Amino acid sequence: MAAITTTPGAHHDDADPNASFLEKKGLMSWLVTLDHKRIGIMYLISVTIAFLLGGIFALLVRAELFTRGQTLFDADTYNKMFSLHGVVMVFLFIIPSIPAGLGNIMLPVQLGTKDVAFPRLNLLSLYIYWFGAVFGLYSMINGGVDTGWTFYTPYASSDPAHGGVGSATSVIPMTLAAFIMGFSSILTGVNFIATVHKMRAPGLTWRRLTLFTWALYATSIIQILATPVLAITLLLLTMERFLGLGIFDPRLGGDPVLYQHFFWFYSHPAVYIMIVPGMGVVSDILATFSRREPVGYMAIAASSLGLALLGFLVWGHHLFVAGMSEWATMVFSALTFLVAIPSGVKVFNWVATLYKGSISLQSPMLWALSFVFLFTIGGLTGLFLGMLAVDVHLHDTYFVVAHFHYVMVGGTVMGFVGGLHYWWPKFTGKMYEEGLARIGWFLVFIGFNVTFIAQFIMGSRGMPRRYYDYLPQYEIFHQVSTIGSWILGLGFLVLLVMFIRSLMNGKPAPRNPWGSAALEWLTPTPPPTFNFVKDPVLTRGQYDYQLATDDELYEGFDDPLFPGLRGGKAPAKKAAAEGDHG
Amino acid sequence: MLLFQPVESDSFQLPPSMADTAPPIDKAYDFIFWFSVVFTVAVTAALLYFVAKYKRKPGVKPEPTGHFMKLELFWTITPTIFIFFLFHAGFTGYIRNATAAEGATEIRVRGKKWSWEFEYPTGDREPGELTLELGRPYKMILSSEDVIHSFFIPEFRMKRDAVPGQYSFIQFTPTKAGDAHVFCAEYCGTSHSGMIATVKILPPAEYKEWEKKLGGCSGTPEECEPAKWGERLFVKNGCTTCHGAGGSGEISGSKTVGPKLAGVFGHEVQTTAGVVQADENYLRESILRPNAKIVAGYATVQMPPFVMKDAQLDAVIAYLKSLK
Amino acid sequence: MSSEATAAADAHDDHGHGHHGPKWLAHHFDTPAQQFDAAKLGMWVFLAQELLFFSGLFVAYGVYRSWYPEMFFAASHQLDKIMGGANTVVLLFSSFTAAMAVRSAQLGKQKATGNFILITIVCACFFLVVKYLEYTHKIHAGLLPGRYFHPHAEHLVAGAPALPANAGSFFGIYFMMTGIHGIHVIIGIGVLIWVWIRNNRGEFSKEYFTPVDIVALYWHLVDLVWIYLFPLLYLV
Repeated sequence: MAAITTTPGAHHDDADPNASFLEKKGLMSWLVTLDHKRIGIMYLISVTIAFLLGGIFALLVRAELFTRGQTLFDADTYNKMFSLHGVVMVFLFIIPSIPAGLGNIMLPVQLGTKDVAFPRLNLLSLYIYWFGAVFGLYSMINGGVDTGWTFYTPYASSDPAHGGVGSATSVIPMTLAAFIMGFSSILTGVNFIATVHKMRAPGLTWRRLTLFTWALYATSIIQILATPVLAITLLLLTMERFLGLGIFDPRLGGDPVLYQHFFWFYSHPAVYIMIVPGMGVVSDILATFSRREPVGYMAIAASSLGLALLGFLVWGHHLFVAGMSEWATMVFSALTFLVAIPSGVKVFNWVATLYKGSISLQSPMLWALSFVFLFTIGGLTGLFLGMLAVDVHLHDTYFVVAHFHYVMVGGTVMGFVGGLHYWWPKFTGKMYEEGLARIGWFLVFIGFNVTFIAQFIMGSRGMPRRYYDYLPQYEIFHQVSTIGSWILGLGFLVLLVMFIRSLMNGKPAPRNPWGSAALEWLTPTPPPTFNFVKDPVLTRGQYDYQLATDDELYEGFDDPLFPGLRGGKAPAKKAAAEGDHG
Repeated sequence: MLLFQPVESDSFQLPPSMADTAPPIDKAYDFIFWFSVVFTVAVTAALLYFVAKYKRKPGVKPEPTGHFMKLELFWTITPTIFIFFLFHAGFTGYIRNATAAEGATEIRVRGKKWSWEFEYPTGDREPGELTLELGRPYKMILSSEDVIHSFFIPEFRMKRDAVPGQYSFIQFTPTKAGDAHVFCAEYCGTSHSGMIATVKILPPAEYKEWEKKLGGCSGTPEECEPAKWGERLFVKNGCTTCHGAGGSGEISGSKTVGPKLAGVFGHEVQTTAGVVQADENYLRESILRPNAKIVAGYATVQMPPFVMKDAQLDAVIAYLKSLK
Repeated sequence: MSSEATAAADAHDDHGHGHHGPKWLAHHFDTPAQQFDAAKLGMWVFLAQELLFFSGLFVAYGVYRSWYPEMFFAASHQLDKIMGGANTVVLLFSSFTAAMAVRSAQLGKQKATGNFILITIVCACFFLVVKYLEYTHKIHAGLLPGRYFHPHAEHLVAGAPALPANAGSFFGIYFMMTGIHGIHVIIGIGVLIWVWIRNNRGEFSKEYFTPVDIVALYWHLVDLVWIYLFPLLYLV
C-alpha cells in the first residue's frame, strides 16, 4: 500500500470528487443514491429499527412469562408476540444486518474499489427489502401471525376459513414478506460475489483479502444457493393456504414433514448467513486490536467456506424427533458434528491471535472477545443437540432457545454491534463516548448471560419452548430470565443513546482511530464518494503490521489509553506536504 | 389450570429419571456437559490470560504472525477425533431407546388441540391422564387429529412428534413410581402450553386396582356423583382450555375460543344451523360431533370430536346442567 | 514513502476530469474487460440462483408424483400435447435466435442484432398466447388447483383416464410451475425489448455488447426450464 497509481479517477458529476460521501444533503440524495456506503447506511437504519421492534416483542414475551398464568396479555397475544419476535429478528434484522449493512459499507472499501459491481442492483435490493417490510407491517397491522417464525405446516397452511385446522391469523402477507425479502438477500449475494471476484484493487490478491471480505464472500455463496429454496418453499406454503394445493397438508394428501425438509434446507444454511459475517467482523477486530495478522489466516478463511458448504448438509438435525428413518438420523447427526471442526478451528485461531499481540481493550475489542466467549458456549451447546440421544430430550425445549440465542445474539449481534463500534468513526466521521460504550457493553454482556443461562437450565429440566404458561417448578428460572432481559434491554438503550449522541455532537474522527493496517483506514474519514482519492495499489497484505509504516498506522491514531504513542497528531512533515498542495 | 404438583428434582440440570430410557441419555448428557465445561474453561482462561499478559504497552511491538502448520493440523485433527466419540455416545443411546422391548403393551396416544387422549389395549380412552404400570414395557403409538404435536415426557427423556396423517412410535419402561408430565413440545396454537397430561406410574398392585375401574369413575361415592365426576372429566378432557374454568367462557377476563357453557342448558342458542334449544341431545351432539351446530361467532377455531362412553357423557352433561 | 501511503495525501492531484474510458464504461469500473467479466459472472451466479429456485418446485413435483403416480398419469392426459409441443419448438427456436443476436452483436452488425432480438420477442409472445389459450381452457373445464378443482365432464379430453379427486394437486403444481415460468417469460420479453431499443439507438458495438449477451443468457435459462417442464408435465 505504500504506492498509489496515477490512474486518473473517473467522476461524472461536477461536485468535488474528494468531498466526503456524506456531503450531499436532502432526502432525495439518499433515496436515489448508487453509493454503496449510503445504501449500507440506509440498511443499517432499517435493520436498527427492526431490531428495536423485535426487541420490544422480546421484552413483552419475557414480561408475560414473569409470572405464571396471565401477566400482561392472553395466550393468543403471547403467541403472536413470540412469532413476530422471531420473524422480525430473523428476516428483517439478522439476515441483512451485517452483510447488507456493514458489508455494503465496508466491502468495496476493503477491496480498494469505487463501488460494488452492480450499484443499481444494490439500490434495488434495498427497495425490495423495504417492499417486503411493508408486507410484514401490513400483516402486523392485520393482527400479526401466531405460527412461529418457522411457519410449520399444517398449522400455518391450513386456513380455518376453508375448514382447516390451523392458524386464523394473517399468515399470507407475512410469508410473502419473507419471500420478497429473500430476493433482496439474493441480489446482495450476487453483487458481492461479482465484486469480490472482479473488483479487487491491483495487488489485492485472494491471499490479501480481509477475513471480513472472505466471510462476506462465503455468506454470499449461501445466500445464492439457499435463499431461492426458501423462496419457493414459502411460495408453496402461501399457495397451499390460498388454494389448498395439498402438498404439505395431510388432510389434502400432503406431508407436513416435507415442509420441514424444505424449510430447513434453507434455514439451516441461513444460520451460517447469520453467523459467518459476524465471524468475519470479529477476525478483523481481533487483528486490529492485537495489532497482528490473525493466526491461521488461510485456516479462518477456509473454515468460512467450509461452514458455508457443510451448512447445506445438516438440515436434517432439526427433524430428529419429527419422524425420519434411523439411517437418515444417523447420517445427519454425523454430518452435524463436522460443523464443529471449522468452528473450533476459528476459535483456536482467534485465541492464538492474542498470544504475543499488542492488545488494547477498546470497546470494539470488548465485543469481539465477548463474541469468542459466547460463541464457544453457543457452539458447544450445539454439540449437545447434535448428539442424538441428548437431542431427543432437549429438542424444542428452552435449551434450544438458549443455544440459538447464544449463537445468534452472542455471535451475530455481538459481531454486528462490535463492527458498528469499529467502523462507526469511518463512515460517520464521528467518534463516540468510550465510557458510555463500555457501560452499554457491560449491561448487554451481563444481561444476555443472565437471560439465557436461566433458559439453558429450565430447558434441560424439560421446559418446552413457546409456552404461554408453565408449571411452578420453572417459575424461578423464568423470573431470572426476565430480569436478565431488562438488563439486556437497558444495555441496548444505552448504546442507542450513545450512538445518537455521537451523531449529534461526537468529536470528529481521525483517519485511523484504532491504528489499523487495513486498507479502509488509509482513506480519508469519512471516505469520498468513490472511496479513495487515488486508486490504491497494494504492496503488502492488510494485516502486515510489520510492513506498515508508522504514518499508515499512527496518523490520527488516538488511543485514549496511550496518548504517548502519537497523540492524535499528524506528523509535521505530512502537514507541510499538504500545505504545498493547497 | 395447571393443577400439577411440583416434581422434586434429583439433579440441578435434569428432572428426575423415571424410565429405562433416561439413564443412557443422562450418561451422554453428562459426557458432553463435562466435555463442554473443560473446553469453555480452557478457551476462556487462555483468552483472559493473553489479554492480561499482552496488554498494549507503549514501545512494545507485537510479534509478527508466523505460520504454524503443525499447530493448525493439531487443532483440526484433535476435535475430529473427539467428535467421533461424541457421535458414538449420542448414537448408541438413541438406538437403544429406539428399540421396543418384546411384548410391549401398546397404548394409542392421540394429540388434538389442546389435549392428549390415551387409548388402552382394553379399548378404554382416558383423556389428560396416562396411567402406567411400574416395570412394564410400553410402546406408544402416536397420532394427531389436527396439527403437529409432540409427545414429551421430561422424566423419561423421551420425545416424538405426533404428525397428522402418520403414526410414530416411542417406547419405554417406567422404572420409578410417581407422577410425571406429558408436555406438547411442538407449537400447536392458542393453548399449546395447556396441552399437558399427567403420567401416573403405579406399582403393579395399585395398577391392578386402577385397571378394574378403568372407564368408570374412581373415587368416593360423593366424588362419583354424576355432576362431580363430570366436572373432573371436563377438566381432564381439556375442555377448560377452550371454554374457561367452569365453562365460564373466559380466561383471566378475555373471551375464550370456545363459547360459554355455564347456564346454557335450557336456553335457546344461535348456531350456524339456526336457533336450537340447548337440551341433553344438543349437548351430546356438540361433544360427539362438535361441528354439526357451531355457536354463532365461534366458527374460527373448530373443536375436535370427543369419544366417550355413555356413562361419561351422562356425567359431563349432568355437570353442564349444573353450571349456572 | 510514508506520506503516499495515505489516500488523503494528494487530495488535489486527481479531480478525475472527463471520462476514463468509453462512454458505456460505468464510473466504478477500471476497464471494459472488468465490466464485461463482472456482468457475466453476476449473471451466471444469478442463473445458479434461478436453478435452485426452480429446483424446489421440481422436488415437490418428484415427491408428489412418487406418492400418486396414477393421479399424475390421469391428470397429465388433460394437458394439450400439441400446444405444449408447439411451445417447446418455438422456445427452442427463440433460444437459437437469441444466440444469433449475440453473435451479430459481437460482429457489430446492428441491424441483424435488432432483427434477431425481434424474432426472439415474437416467439416469446407466441409462447404466451398459446399459454393463454391453454389456461383459459383449464379454467373453463374447472381444472384448477387444490380446493378450486371442480372438473366439468363435458370439457374434459375424451377417452382420457378418469380424474381422481386429488387431481387438483397436479393442477396446483402445473399452474405453479408454468405460472412461474410464464412470469420469467414476461420478464424476458421486457428485458429483450429494453435491449432491442438500446440496439436501435446504436449503443452496442463490437467492443460493447454486454447487455445483449447477458439477456441472451437469461433467455437460454427460460428455455432450459421449459425443456424440463414439458416432458414432466405433458408427457407423463
